[in-house]
Amino acid sequence: MSRHIISVLLENEAGALSRVSGLFSARAYNIESLTVAPTEDPSMSRMTIVTAGSEDVVEQITKQLNKLVEVVKVVDLSEAEHIEREMMLIKVRAGVKEREDMKRMADIFRAHVIDVSDNTYTIELTGDGRKLDAFIQALDQGAILETVRTGACGIGRGNRILRV
Amino acid sequence: MDRVKGVALTGAEIVVRCLQEEGVEYVFGYPGGAVLFIYDELFKQDKVKHVLVRHEQGAAHAADGYSRSSNKVGVCLVTSGPGVTNAVTGIATAYMDSIPMVIISGQVPTPAIGLDAFQEVDTVGITRPCVKHNFLVKNVKDLAGTMKKAFYLAQTGRPGPVLVDIPKDVTMQSCEFAYPEAVSMRSYNPVRKGHAGQLRKAAQLLLGAKRPMIYTGGGVILSDAAKQLNEIVKLLGFPCTSTLMGLGGFPASDPQFLGMLGMHGTYEANMAMQNCDVLLAIGARFDDRVIGNPAHFAQNPRKIIHIDIDPSSISKRVRVDVPIVGHVPDVLQDLTRLLSAEGAKPDIASWWKQIGDWRARDCLKYDRNSKIIKPQFVIEKLYEVTQGDAFITSDVGQHQMWAAQFYKFEKPRRWINSGGLGTMGFGLPAAMGVQLVNPGATVACVTGESSIQMCLQELSTCKQYRLPIKIVNLNNRYMGMVRQWQEFFHGNRYSQSYMDALPDFVKLAEGYGHRGVLIDKPADVEPALRDAFKRKDELVFLDFITDQTENVYPMVPGGKGISEMILAEDL
Repeated sequence: MSRHIISVLLENEAGALSRVSGLFSARAYNIESLTVAPTEDPSMSRMTIVTAGSEDVVEQITKQLNKLVEVVKVVDLSEAEHIEREMMLIKVRAGVKEREDMKRMADIFRAHVIDVSDNTYTIELTGDGRKLDAFIQALDQGAILETVRTGACGIGRGNRILRV
Repeated sequence: MDRVKGVALTGAEIVVRCLQEEGVEYVFGYPGGAVLFIYDELFKQDKVKHVLVRHEQGAAHAADGYSRSSNKVGVCLVTSGPGVTNAVTGIATAYMDSIPMVIISGQVPTPAIGLDAFQEVDTVGITRPCVKHNFLVKNVKDLAGTMKKAFYLAQTGRPGPVLVDIPKDVTMQSCEFAYPEAVSMRSYNPVRKGHAGQLRKAAQLLLGAKRPMIYTGGGVILSDAAKQLNEIVKLLGFPCTSTLMGLGGFPASDPQFLGMLGMHGTYEANMAMQNCDVLLAIGARFDDRVIGNPAHFAQNPRKIIHIDIDPSSISKRVRVDVPIVGHVPDVLQDLTRLLSAEGAKPDIASWWKQIGDWRARDCLKYDRNSKIIKPQFVIEKLYEVTQGDAFITSDVGQHQMWAAQFYKFEKPRRWINSGGLGTMGFGLPAAMGVQLVNPGATVACVTGESSIQMCLQELSTCKQYRLPIKIVNLNNRYMGMVRQWQEFFHGNRYSQSYMDALPDFVKLAEGYGHRGVLIDKPADVEPALRDAFKRKDELVFLDFITDQTENVYPMVPGGKGISEMILAEDL
């Protein structure tokens, strides 16, 4: 079992997302995260799927994705050098006592405080998944009020380009 | 065909015009609220004929049988809600066997979608896992283009059923009609030609083989590749086997044919499959009923060449050495050309001798002197009486396996059965489609007393459309295959597999306006068949009272390797 990050270009049509998610559940493939949004060409969406499986299973995943009529291209980004990013918004308790510490911690992780109230901060942090995990670990667990993560999106390095 | 560009048509008119443009001869269906406008348009024309079934499952199976026996696209038309849910078994059956079909389903009007309206279901959601593709048409302007795409998708690449869900208001709205000449989709471009380098590798492997085997499947039938298969098998002189779905792709009477392989395959086919050193797989998918336990299969080293239109079928259960993605007839033609240029064929005389020894086991032997009718005997007589030239549909179970083993299929598209999904109830409605697309042909449905009761209502459709199908009912008062597994693996505890309170099938057939005949003596089998097949205008229900304890041999128990067969002689 190894982790794979798969990029999919697909027609931006109603139902395309459920075809992909239905494929994963019907064939009992793992799905760690899935993100999707339109590309610079609004008729096309790009999806990033993080999955885990043996080489045979991942080969089947890419073949089955390619078989979907709405899917235009599939690339296993983890086959070569690539960059991954995920964004997290995390709301933490930040009263008078905790404010300084919390701000310092955000600075260390190059995170930004994007919303402030009397007793909370909302912090935005971007990085790969491990960095986001590390930030959560570094905080006082009792101070975490809410977290939301986008799931990973990824892109190949250098001249590796995925487009039609 | 006259083009009516600029003329506004309603959605319902467009549906019917599209069917006409596609040359659709028959639509199998059942009306209901959401499709009333479409039915109204069907009423006003006579190019597209409608066949009224008695249950939507029958419509899907009939369209399926129509397609399997002709390579035309089967079309069915059902209403929303229960109309489409009834059809789902038939759609899934077609999907598992890659049958090109277009299903048109009515849907509640667009403003009502999602409001739990009367006869509303999420058709696109329910059918998504059992269709090649499906569409919900929300705008009448998209209707003609969607219909064109549906027919294109159904019959290109790996074929399959495609569903078009049309809300009632869309069938009432109008727009200009123009049927597209062609389809272009950036996301869908099936390949046809095999990769040249892979073809060369395949040719080298084949020419260097000492114990070669050719394993063919339903892809040969679906792609109409029987001629090209015959050429390559003859050129190489290799043994050839076929899956349940591939029967008829290579003539069963040919000495190079080893019979069907798999769970109920012949001893020689399964032994050759396990012991070969080079395997050429053509339009087959190494499924669990064919290969048995893949780990056991992999114990013997062999090189595998796999030709298939669907890349996801390659290296799915069994890892292959030379994958060739392409349209089977094209790939076989190119491969044959390469092989012909090479000249020398490998000498495999000792391999044929080994196969001869396996064949000598005569694994399909049964008691020919039985005083009770043996089901195998009925199929053998059916073969003789129809001179091997009938279209045979079947249901699912023991009778299906006996038909596959004992009816020697010489031609493709003559053997019509639900191999992938294993749908009881398939045989009779499928036979209706077969008979309609092959008028005048001999069509028999081999079934059992349990299967036939699952779509029995279609006897009424057969009467309405005067379909002279011959029903060969192997009546052993058991769900025979379930009983066989219970005998082998569940200590003879025949839990719920006995068919009690059976109807009098003769009276039942007569009740539907057909002829019914009961046969309970071996000596009466052939005369009854001869009499039935002489009756060209009549459906005859032949109720054969057969041996209750007969089992299908050979048998590979689930989870075992294909060479680990139970043979009749072992018992």
